[in-house]
Amino acid sequence: MSEKPHLSVLDRPNSYIGRSVPRPNARRLLAGRGQYPSNVSLPRMVHVAFARSPFAHARIVGVDTEAARQAPGVVGVFVGEDIAKICQPWVGTLEHFAGMKSAPQYPLAHNVVRWQGEPVVAVVAQTRALAEDALELLLIDYEELPAVTDPETALDPDTPLIHPELGDNLVFGSKVEAGDIERAFAEADLVVEDEFHFGRHTGVTLEPRVVVADYDPSEERLTAYHGTQTPYQMQDVYARHLGLAEENVRVVVKDIGGAFGIKLHVHGEEMTTCALSMLLKRPVKWSADRLESFVSDIHARDHRVRARLALTKDGRILGYDVDDLTGVGAYSVYPRTSAVEGNQVIKLVGAPYTQQHYRAVLKVVLQNKNVMSQYRAVGHPIAFTVTEALVDKAAAELGLDPMELRARNYVPDDAYPYKSASGFTYEGLSLQRSLEKLKEMIGYPELREEQRGLRDKGVYRGIGIATFVEITAPGPAFYGVGGARISSQDGCSMKLEPSGKVQLAISVNELGQGTETIVAQIAATELGIAMEDIRVVTGDTGATPYGGAAWASRGAAIGGEVTVRAARALRDSILEVAGASLQTSPSELDLRDSLVVSREDGEELISLAEVGRIAYFRSDTLPPGFQPQLSVVRHYSPQGLPFAFTNGVHASYVEVDVDTGLVRLLNHWVVEDCGRVLNPKLVDEQARGGVAQGIGMALFEECLYSADGQLTNGSLADYLVPLSSELPDIEVAHIETPSQYSEIGAKGAGEAGTAASPAAIMNAVNDAIAPLGGRVTAMPMTPERILRSLKRI
Amino acid sequence: MSDINYELNLTVNGERGSFRVSPRLSLADFLREELHLTGTHVGCEQGACGACTVRYNGDQVRACLMYAVQAEGAEVETIEGITESGELAALQEAFHRNNALQCGFCTPGMLIAAADLLKHNPSPDRDQIRAGISGNYCRCTGYHSIVDAVAETCSGGTKEATQ
Ligand code: FES
Ligand code: FES
Repeated sequence: MSEKPHLSVLDRPNSYIGRSVPRPNARRLLAGRGQYPSNVSLPRMVHVAFARSPFAHARIVGVDTEAARQAPGVVGVFVGEDIAKICQPWVGTLEHFAGMKSAPQYPLAHNVVRWQGEPVVAVVAQTRALAEDALELLLIDYEELPAVTDPETALDPDTPLIHPELGDNLVFGSKVEAGDIERAFAEADLVVEDEFHFGRHTGVTLEPRVVVADYDPSEERLTAYHGTQTPYQMQDVYARHLGLAEENVRVVVKDIGGAFGIKLHVHGEEMTTCALSMLLKRPVKWSADRLESFVSDIHARDHRVRARLALTKDGRILGYDVDDLTGVGAYSVYPRTSAVEGNQVIKLVGAPYTQQHYRAVLKVVLQNKNVMSQYRAVGHPIAFTVTEALVDKAAAELGLDPMELRARNYVPDDAYPYKSASGFTYEGLSLQRSLEKLKEMIGYPELREEQRGLRDKGVYRGIGIATFVEITAPGPAFYGVGGARISSQDGCSMKLEPSGKVQLAISVNELGQGTETIVAQIAATELGIAMEDIRVVTGDTGATPYGGAAWASRGAAIGGEVTVRAARALRDSILEVAGASLQTSPSELDLRDSLVVSREDGEELISLAEVGRIAYFRSDTLPPGFQPQLSVVRHYSPQGLPFAFTNGVHASYVEVDVDTGLVRLLNHWVVEDCGRVLNPKLVDEQARGGVAQGIGMALFEECLYSADGQLTNGSLADYLVPLSSELPDIEVAHIETPSQYSEIGAKGAGEAGTAASPAAIMNAVNDAIAPLGGRVTAMPMTPERILRSLKRI
Repeated sequence: MSDINYELNLTVNGERGSFRVSPRLSLADFLREELHLTGTHVGCEQGACGACTVRYNGDQVRACLMYAVQAEGAEVETIEGITESGELAALQEAFHRNNALQCGFCTPGMLIAAADLLKHNPSPDRDQIRAGISGNYCRCTGYHSIVDAVAETCSGGTKEATQ
């Protein structure tokens, strides 16, 4: 082996790192050749449709399935007890969340329904249409119970209990404290406060949730073609809850029509579908229609936050005092729970600032509504809206420019590592440089001037700034320590084909974010081959090493690093074979342009195809006892700190029509620092897509419930998803502060766009309407809310 | 299944065929389930999202809003056929270069909508592009890169692309 250290992957010639290489796998999708789970069709396959609760809270008195069973094409009708016989219920708690509680959740409702839309009866038929016809023939008797829908009163003593055995409607409570918050507020020159409301919204993946479950009793083997972003987690869940051997469960997901955090939770429908395949011993397909998506895909957010901020008169932030109440529906979701979002909120408020004093209190309560859990940017949009809206309010009171107030309080760029008031350690952030870059990018003084000029003409424009510090790429301290079998490590295997090309299989999967591309970029660079010579396999628990897959912005940071390590191992193996064949030391050799070359002078020695030919077909020509090892596997779990913190800052420029309350988005800018940028175009696109979802949260999207717990806008005609005509161009720039804990130096990039865009837009709207005395602190900022704040309705 | 009793004759991607279908089968389900043309996607079945956009006698339609039997005698083109004819090659290349897709679920419908826009207005500006594709939801991209890709494909080639 070489005495000299290898060149880092970052220093190799012909590097793909940092280049905006287009995604090879996108060609398939452009030709309509995507392999989405909704396209899967198998021999003997039947379809399931669900009868769902029409009530938010009711006792199931009786179910008469007789007529449905007799309907044409019906293969079987199954009630909760039928499925519960072979599928264990689950409880969405984590052991490291002290005192957390939730009730066992069954795949189909068990005696009591607890939200409108909860699945109650499964009808299986030859086609989905016939299954739906038979649903009409079911007779289900309910006795309605009072529904608990308002989180504010969920804990009142006279509020009914959603799960009587829990004793109250509290899932989790927590508190974070630092310094002396009472004194800080008592001695502050200025205190600003507000109450913020964040509506419930949901992910709206364009491809709804889908699973095709194929159980083969002869091998006791379940194959699930499941639209999931965490196939290994689902392999584990299916095995344990359905009583199957883990190695006999295979989860396959090639392409997936959007995920965003929606498709990593355990929902009853997928569990039921797998159980049905076991009961019927044939493939069963479930594909949600859009109404089912609205009433059963996890919902997100739903927070009420009361918060205040203390400052000195020269604009120094002393501390935040925060109270977050979040309503999470009828159960804490399994296996990640419904408390993680709130738990992040109470640790992230004020995160960019050098505050010494801090207090944040969290209450997570149950409601008779659809379940709520983690969705893209978990907690961050809440925390940074609260943080940054109060900063703007304080700036206005102090007569300071909002940019200036931020600059005075950021954790300085030379202060790292830095421990935040809530106890996080940041390895390295670039808050000051990011703000400077943003100012330049948006032409801040000119923009202010334009705003002033237009205001005189009765045109109300606003500029909003919002900073974020983001948790990405968590290690095992996030879920693993709490007893959840959710892997924080990932694995990558590679083999050299006899042709000299490479097959790479990795547990981080492709959701369209570009994982397969960046791992090919890295492996190609390390191996000195062209990207086209690498075939990447993802999304099949039967074909790749075990890992965490795609959650919490971990693809580049963890998947990238494990790829470097596996490629390095394969490179070493190739050089050993070449050395043995050429009778020279591997340390004298290097790889370049699919050739083994002399490290010293670059002389071309043999091709990788020749190495493959010798290793696989003519090992007799190698020294006795030498066995080529041209398949390798490496695993990597994040090391160093528990999270790779990233940072950035958004700006939004809006115009508010003060007669109609409509907001027009004129521009949106993002400066983000996600460490080393492996493919700038792909990072830009993650930011843009994330911003679009943040815009939805800020202005459009809300799951509206009536007081008795009925979802009133469960269709894409009624629930407003941002359209191309409503969105502005979104400009993205980067600062790079690579992590020192890994060779690749990348941190997470997938959620930054969502983390602070809602905050920037709220600040921009409020900046626009401030001259008229308006201020909005509830999202979505609908025309009605804006007009009310202007006292025009 | 007793209700599969309607005769349907139509041409899909240049191939003529005769089928017996249920009168309530949507054109989208017919294409996906009977012909296995799974490039036509279904995102809402309500005419809202545009994922199911196909061409019907040369015009873009939402295949989820039509019954298959309404296509009697019609010429239907799906992403598979339009790709193979090469007609969309420039647009598809521009989408690829600009990464104007992530999950790709909206993409077949988006391409057909964008081609329709360019047919009626060969050199739209960015606002016109945004209006032209506003019937097609994309949940992944935020649309910016799609607008870039369409702008690049306009008659001028690279008009107003921001890159
Ligand atoms: S599926 Fe046809 S418009 Fe959405
Ligand atoms: S690329 Fe996913 S919906 Fe458009």
